[in-house]
Amino acid sequence: MPLVKDKQIVEDRWVHVADGEDLPLHGPVILSVDRWLADRESLVHRNGEIGVRLRNDQSLEDIAEDLYRFGMVALEFPAFKDGRAYTQARLLRDRYRFDGEVRAFGDVLRDQLMFMQRCGIDAFEVRKQGDAEAFEAAVNEISVFYQPATDARQPVSAARSRAVASWAY
Amino acid sequence: MLGRRDNIYKARIKILVQSEGIERFTALVEEEFARLRGGVLTLPASEIWRIRDYFAPPEYDRLTNEPAELVNARDADAEFAGWLRTNVAPHKQPGYAIVNISLKPVGGIPGDASAEEMDAVADLADRYSMSEIRVAHEQNLTLPDVRQKELFDLWLSLKIHGLATANIGHAGDIIACPGLDYCALANARSIPVAQRISERFADMDRQHNIGRLSINISGCINACGHHHVANIGILGVEKNGEEFYQITLGGRADENAAIGKIVGPGFSFDQVPDAVETVVNTYVKLREDDEENFVDTYARLGEEPFKEALYAAR
Repeated sequence: MPLVKDKQIVEDRWVHVADGEDLPLHGPVILSVDRWLADRESLVHRNGEIGVRLRNDQSLEDIAEDLYRFGMVALEFPAFKDGRAYTQARLLRDRYRFDGEVRAFGDVLRDQLMFMQRCGIDAFEVRKQGDAEAFEAAVNEISVFYQPATDARQPVSAARSRAVASWAY
Repeated sequence: MLGRRDNIYKARIKILVQSEGIERFTALVEEEFARLRGGVLTLPASEIWRIRDYFAPPEYDRLTNEPAELVNARDADAEFAGWLRTNVAPHKQPGYAIVNISLKPVGGIPGDASAEEMDAVADLADRYSMSEIRVAHEQNLTLPDVRQKELFDLWLSLKIHGLATANIGHAGDIIACPGLDYCALANARSIPVAQRISERFADMDRQHNIGRLSINISGCINACGHHHVANIGILGVEKNGEEFYQITLGGRADENAAIGKIVGPGFSFDQVPDAVETVVNTYVKLREDDEENFVDTYARLGEEPFKEALYAAR
């Protein structure tokens, strides 16, 4: 499954580790939140980077205190029609000020990429190669937004006041 | 994040409010709002002013109500006076009035305007109403800013174009959805029903005598004609492959909003104008005086006398 980060298809340096599977000795790993909470005492001593993955019905509150320990949080999109992970992404960025990688995995499709980006997701395990290659086009499908969101894009009101300022001076 | 996902039909706010209880739900919303408040969604003052400017009132002339031009014309011309009573509404700005142009000529298709009529209205709006025309949900046009002293001139021009039908808010001012003639969802025709009722009440003096009355027609349960909030509502349904019409009474879409009540078994296409006329005649017979509108008589007496008039003979 191709990973898109910083607008490009990149090699994934993180390894998803299933519950019950042995941890590799080195390197960044993605663990389930359940495993993190269960093995927290030993995991905090691990040298390699740790990321956690959440199901979309799991609460961020359980890991809020630990977020600074994680290099990334992976959010699951189990199906197109179930968008709860968008909310988790916004909470991570807006409420918990998490500045590591926020990754989408699961049923990640072209039509969702722009909205995911707007919610603060910055890494995408895209289901289809073609969607991954079309990333740039997909996230720029709409050029102007009314709503300020979690991404860096300026809403139209900011562009308007810039335009007024440049006209006035 | 609390909504149900096990059953897609239950993934709705009303279900969540039910299960969480209104108090807990309110508390959660308030808590979230407190967090969001004052954040990125706060509009800058400049933006608020920009929008406010956009809705700034037009520059009105300083005028007074009831200028001589209006009063003299009204006294001299009874037809003009009648149009003023039905089609012109008071304006908050002294010396101005709101003019409603009825697109409900006798026997016409409700809300239809030809290219020539639209051109004419556009010219009249330029001349008399600060170039503004509004389309109203009643399927009529509104000129919102007309100087009272120019009402007579405007009316004369409207008359030339056949646009001075004085029936706003009256029996001929029927709201009808496109119905089976145009709409894929419809179960029954609406427009021909409206036209037949309109012809039945062709006599303007009779319409004015009947007083304020809303008749709305929808060709299916989706209710685009808002039949359910009409004084007399007509809903087209299909029964054994034939068009049938249910009649509801007592609905209103004013500040005392009410849903009309189905008065009894439906009517065939041919029977509808008779049924509506029977209801109207019953009202005229039973009203206390000319001041009592249809809905008020209905509210006072209930559906019984209307039901009896409609079904006693059947």
